[in-house]
Amino acid sequence: MNKQEALFTYCLRLADTSLIHGQRIAEWCGHGPFLEEDLALTNISLDLIGRASALYKYAAEVEGKGKTEDDLAFFRNEREFYNLLISELPKGDFAYTISRAFFMSAFDYLYYSELLKSNDETLAGIAAKSLKEITYHLRHTSTWMERLGDGTEESNKRLQDAVNDQYRYTGEMFEMDEVEELMAKEGIGVDAKALLPKWEKMIDETFAKSTITKPENVVMQSGSRKGLHTENLGYILAIMQSLPRAYPEAKW
Amino acid sequence: MSEVKDSQGPLWEVFIQTKPGQPFKHAGSLHAYDKEMALQNARDLYTRRGEGTAIWVVPAAAIVASTPEDVGPFFDPQNDKVYRHPTFYVVPDGIKHM
Repeated sequence: MNKQEALFTYCLRLADTSLIHGQRIAEWCGHGPFLEEDLALTNISLDLIGRASALYKYAAEVEGKGKTEDDLAFFRNEREFYNLLISELPKGDFAYTISRAFFMSAFDYLYYSELLKSNDETLAGIAAKSLKEITYHLRHTSTWMERLGDGTEESNKRLQDAVNDQYRYTGEMFEMDEVEELMAKEGIGVDAKALLPKWEKMIDETFAKSTITKPENVVMQSGSRKGLHTENLGYILAIMQSLPRAYPEAKW
Repeated sequence: MSEVKDSQGPLWEVFIQTKPGQPFKHAGSLHAYDKEMALQNARDLYTRRGEGTAIWVVPAAAIVASTPEDVGPFFDPQNDKVYRHPTFYVVPDGIKHM
């Protein structure tokens, strides 16, 4: 694996996570708990899909095989996707969506703050734009964590259930394999593993305010770096990709 | 039939400032359960297309409004007092936002 191949895979991983999470949140469009939150969620979804689009574009450029961002998003199969498993978990109820978006926003906040310092100008530029959006996602989701966790018995239970279910998928965010190691060494990518203590501190603080109990002795799930996914990814890809695959030349 | 309870929270009025130094203008209203949610909802509903650089949210219940009955005593007496309109001097070119 040379540097160019590693950079391609690196961009693809970031893009895939962003796209799949964006697609998941988009499932709330028209189904939000109330009008204002419906718009807030679709705004977040659009931010994520926009970030994915910029990353795919760059990935295609790095790969140099004349592909477009759409080719990468719509014409790869399940085993060729590298999104973090947490992003593909089902939509669930509102607490489930908020909990996931909070875990991921807290991570993204730390991650993209580091990516800002990348010596790859394109990635640093994408990070600068994304960080502003992420800062808002983090604010929006952490205030909802507090409202739900410290709200009613019902909302606390739903949030605690979501946290208990999702926590085992958070370890994957901090994994480093040879691609990540090479990118970090080259000053292009981020050392995700080093972010774990800061992330845990953020999570602990919000859990305390939300009266949520942190799950303990959790066995972390893994697989996305190798294209191994939960059963959920196939379904979300089917919905997302069916139209461009049926009508590859479709334009709007 | 039981009355349907409004579950969307209290009403807030939103005011947006387009540029620093400009007055805040009423943009619309929204529902929210607390101040922070009102501010975030205002951002998501009313500033998605670069409409503003600052937001005020005010609980609708805190606004004191005139009533239709006030129209006569409040506003009609001004109609015949043209001297209150500053039409007797020229505004210098350098003055903005008048």
